[in-house]
Amino acid sequence: MIFSEVTSAGAQFFQWVPLILAFPLAGLLINMFFGGRLPEKVIGIVGSSAVVLTFVVAVLQAISLVGHPEGAVVPLADWIHIGELHLRWAIQVDTLSVTMMLVVSGVGSLIHIYAIGYMHEDVRHNGDPGRYQRFFVFFNLFILAMMVLVSADNYLMLFVGWEGVGLCSYLLIGFWYDKGEGGIGNAMAAKKAFVTNRVGDFGFLLAAFTMFGAFRSFEFESVFRQAPEVAAIIPSAIMFITLFMLLGVTGKSAQLPLFVWLPDAMAGPTPVSALIHAATMVTAGVYLVARSYPLYSLVPEAQFWVTMVGALTALFSATIAVGQFDIKKVLAYSTISQLGFMVAAVGMGATVAGMFHLVTHAFFKALLFLSAGSVILGLEQGHHHVEHDPVLRKKAKNLHHFDPQDMRNMGGLRTRMPITFWVFTIGGLALAGIFPLAGFWSKDEILLEANHLYSWAYIILSIAAFFTAFYVGRQLLMVFFGEPRTEPAAHAKESPPVMTVPLMILAGLSALGGLLNLPGIHTFGHWLEHTLEAATHGEAAEVAAEVGAEAAQAGALGFDLGIAAISTALAVVALGLAWYLYDRRYKQMLDIPPAKRPDDPLRSILGPVFTGMERKWWVDELYWAVLLNPYIALSKFLAQVIDWRFWHDWFHDVVIAGGFKWITRLTAVRIDLGGIDAIANGLATVTQGLAQQMRRLQTGYVRNYALSVFVGVVIILGYLILR
Amino acid sequence: MNFLLYPLTMVTFFPLLGVLVLLFLKPEQKNAARWTALITSLITFGISIAVLAQFDRTNPDLQLVINLPWIQVAGWNIAFHMGVDGLSILLVLLTTFLTPISILSTWTAVEDRVKDFMLFFLLLEVGMVGVFVSLDLFLFYIFWEFTLVPMYFLIGIWGGPNRMYAAIKFFLYTMAGSILMLLAVLWLGIQGGTFSVPELVAQDNIPANLQTWLFLAFAAAFAIKVPMWPLHSWLPDAHVEAPTAGSVILAGVLLKMGTYGFLRFNLPLFPQAAVQLAPLMGVLAVIGIIYGAAVSYAQQDVKKLVAYSSVSHLGFVMLGLFALNPQGIQGGILQMINHGLSTGALFLIVGMIYERRHTRDMDAFGGLWKIMPVYGALTLIVTLSSMGLPGLNGFVGEFTILLGAWEAGQVGGPFGSYWYAGLAAIGVILAAVYMLYMFQKVFLGPVDKDENRSLKDLNWREIVTLAPLLVFIFWIGLYPRPFFELMAPSVDKLVQILQTAALAIR
Repeated sequence: MIFSEVTSAGAQFFQWVPLILAFPLAGLLINMFFGGRLPEKVIGIVGSSAVVLTFVVAVLQAISLVGHPEGAVVPLADWIHIGELHLRWAIQVDTLSVTMMLVVSGVGSLIHIYAIGYMHEDVRHNGDPGRYQRFFVFFNLFILAMMVLVSADNYLMLFVGWEGVGLCSYLLIGFWYDKGEGGIGNAMAAKKAFVTNRVGDFGFLLAAFTMFGAFRSFEFESVFRQAPEVAAIIPSAIMFITLFMLLGVTGKSAQLPLFVWLPDAMAGPTPVSALIHAATMVTAGVYLVARSYPLYSLVPEAQFWVTMVGALTALFSATIAVGQFDIKKVLAYSTISQLGFMVAAVGMGATVAGMFHLVTHAFFKALLFLSAGSVILGLEQGHHHVEHDPVLRKKAKNLHHFDPQDMRNMGGLRTRMPITFWVFTIGGLALAGIFPLAGFWSKDEILLEANHLYSWAYIILSIAAFFTAFYVGRQLLMVFFGEPRTEPAAHAKESPPVMTVPLMILAGLSALGGLLNLPGIHTFGHWLEHTLEAATHGEAAEVAAEVGAEAAQAGALGFDLGIAAISTALAVVALGLAWYLYDRRYKQMLDIPPAKRPDDPLRSILGPVFTGMERKWWVDELYWAVLLNPYIALSKFLAQVIDWRFWHDWFHDVVIAGGFKWITRLTAVRIDLGGIDAIANGLATVTQGLAQQMRRLQTGYVRNYALSVFVGVVIILGYLILR
Repeated sequence: MNFLLYPLTMVTFFPLLGVLVLLFLKPEQKNAARWTALITSLITFGISIAVLAQFDRTNPDLQLVINLPWIQVAGWNIAFHMGVDGLSILLVLLTTFLTPISILSTWTAVEDRVKDFMLFFLLLEVGMVGVFVSLDLFLFYIFWEFTLVPMYFLIGIWGGPNRMYAAIKFFLYTMAGSILMLLAVLWLGIQGGTFSVPELVAQDNIPANLQTWLFLAFAAAFAIKVPMWPLHSWLPDAHVEAPTAGSVILAGVLLKMGTYGFLRFNLPLFPQAAVQLAPLMGVLAVIGIIYGAAVSYAQQDVKKLVAYSSVSHLGFVMLGLFALNPQGIQGGILQMINHGLSTGALFLIVGMIYERRHTRDMDAFGGLWKIMPVYGALTLIVTLSSMGLPGLNGFVGEFTILLGAWEAGQVGGPFGSYWYAGLAAIGVILAAVYMLYMFQKVFLGPVDKDENRSLKDLNWREIVTLAPLLVFIFWIGLYPRPFFELMAPSVDKLVQILQTAALAIR
């Protein structure tokens, strides 16, 4: 069908796009049903090939789009069809969705390959090699769900992927479901992630209902086409849709106030943190806002709120990242903060900048997480080495409670894990926004747009960028510089090539990712334009003219040396400050006796403020006090007091059943007293007779009863037949 | 003899043939009794497939109708009147589908008086199918009450420690509601000169104020059966005490008799009352959704948790039905099926672990996924289905119901406020809370109880018991079109009646 539509030049592979779902599905089915009999290597190769092949299909789509930038919609099957409600499974191929496919399957491929090596060690370290298979099944399932999410041509199919990735997140956070605090910590973290996301999904659902009410459709094309009309008639509808959707975004992309699940999600194995909780799934909210640009562009109030949420999240969680000691927690809060940058960008209508940052962030944050995984593995091996060496064992303290993720236990890894050190540094500097690494270009573009559109957001984001560079410097110095602070750190080993090669590729991408959208050339901007402009075509363009023109102008703003200079200066100052504190002061700190020595130079300077950052500004505690404990108390009260003691025990058993007994006793007494009348007598006899029957039934003459029922039925049937 | 060859009488009464065979078996011939019941129920299922094959999915009217005069005294016109349409066909199939599955689940769980157990089970099937195909109010009433008897014995004989209390409570509670319905049935039959539902619907001459009273009389019986909040008090007792197969049928089919009653009788017979009382029913449904979810979360006993979750799920069904629009009603019917599949599967799952450990206290478990990986994985899928994960069946039902309720919330709609759908959607969050809590308590965490270490994973029979349910969980989730197609014309016809009524009272 689609072949026949090909008229213009250029290779065209749109009809192959269903394979992006078929490959991961095949991979997970093979590993699920046959993985038990396959060796680890084969499982890993099957899982990884599935994703690599998906990447190949995504590349083919990108090639096709060069010749046919209008893209295509490939329908697969009908889904729900009731009255006006038409839902189908269909894949939308356009520059926006293919960008996401490339990022997900590209970064996904590298992380799958890395996981072959990482999980080999991890399952042994955790003492259950059988779970290697399960990991790759879940990992492929994630790619499948993510592909559904990004390839959907309507909001409901997107929602299937949206909750699907949430499920994978749940399964993989709780991958070691028997580990963590009290043995249940990881499972709790998984549940927290799912339930928090469900709160966001509640918003998504309400947005969907409102959308159907206003548009009678969920398809992107139809909704965006009608948007200007609807906005003219019922402006509040689009306002509600966009704001409810924002609630969904705060859940999935871990923004204020629903960000609390993401730090706990680090309980999952490191490849999971890298792929799901940094590079891809958490950016789904950004993608949703970018995709819904034609709606957001119609309601400036909603844009304001999205920008505000993003900017505040960026700053808020950057401050928390400064106070963390767990190497992955620092990166987790950093991710929340960077997602805030993206959300702010797409919120203010700078879709290209937001998506650009999404791509570069996928590179450098995946890189940072995987390098952190390499560090953790190195420390675990060092720990293993120390434990099995009687001489070292005596020297080392606290070996049993050794936490390989605590940065206070690290130091000096620069010489022991050189590859990891170099790639981590590249990733870190890219995150800090140092010229000419990828993060510099994309972050700069966001700041540029912010300066143009919302100056207050520009200020907040710049402060957040300062904090970013500071915690990056702190982390680099605590992990890799100075002297090893523990025996395991001193004996850490570099990871095998199956892990370091993906790291090097990602490091290359983090270094060169800026080339995608260099100022003045704007390859990426022009690439996305096809989709963004098509979505706001015709009448939409008129209504969105004001905002659209502004955005278009901003897109062409190019490069502002002033902004770039300010952000670079901020980053350099922050790094310098970090160097002063975590190199100079840290070395001086070592002279203080251990008992009095603060664990962090900032703690002695900032005091309670540092505790606030370390304790995440007590947001978790707030949720417990305001929402969770009251709900638990309410449900216990309803269940035990209202439903059981009052309604079940008292009302039914005492009032109804007891009242009935009281009446029968009253009647019986009257009969006994001799105040007999015929009716009462008769009733009593019947009751007695019935009671007699009931007693017989209860002592086991059930067969008789069944027989009599049967006979009755037979008589009725006989009557009907012979009549 | 032609009478027996009608498809609907065949599917209704075929299990009696199994009952007949069972009567000739000796009590100690346990396996023979099991096989007799299983084969009988499988053939019944086959017959119901044949019914489906003859069913014309484009026809909104009642089909395969059999209508024979039956009792005609003193102006009473009681007929042996059966038929199916889009409202009932899926429920007939659900019944014949769940019965063999339940019987298979008792293979090793029921060792005591197997023959009697199977006998009651097949009689129960007769009653349930009869309820869904009866078109004569009197005939319906007979089947409706008849189902109580075998269920009473199933709970009372093969139930848990407190079984007599639960059985009597179940019997009396549902009986009490039915009495009001009986009065309404008699009134309708005598006034209208016929007990035939389609004829009464066609007469359409009941004044509005009377409709309200009749509606409430029928609702008394159905609301208890559903059960709608606050009439659910019998449910936790019955479920906790019932044997596994009894719980599966109780949740899977018997509760649906209540929601089906609203659909078959209350909506088309008293459409004006339905429109007027929709806000009331909607409020009770929303309270049920939230209340059931909150109370579930506080349970210690897995079976009780699942029982209360039914209050929440059936609240969704009722909300959909009383949205009085195609999305709501079709979603409601589909959700009846979904609840039968998911909750049925959950009760089977609870039964499997109870058979192994003889406890259902969640504190007694923990970390079972590690010991019973297949069991854990299957439970996870069912759990996700029950909490409405998109891609599985529960979502399709819940989403369409909520969308219907939202549409009904427009100004001038049956609910007239978006709060119904908005609050009910909170139930989606709360469902995740209690279901994942249950999964965590039982399957995740470390294995810290020694008794759990040696538990055996599912055997082939148990997997075969669950597998058909899982097939439908995925099928309805991914491609529900055939199911919606079956009901669409009949639902549209019903919505037409309701819309006319809505216009009449404005």
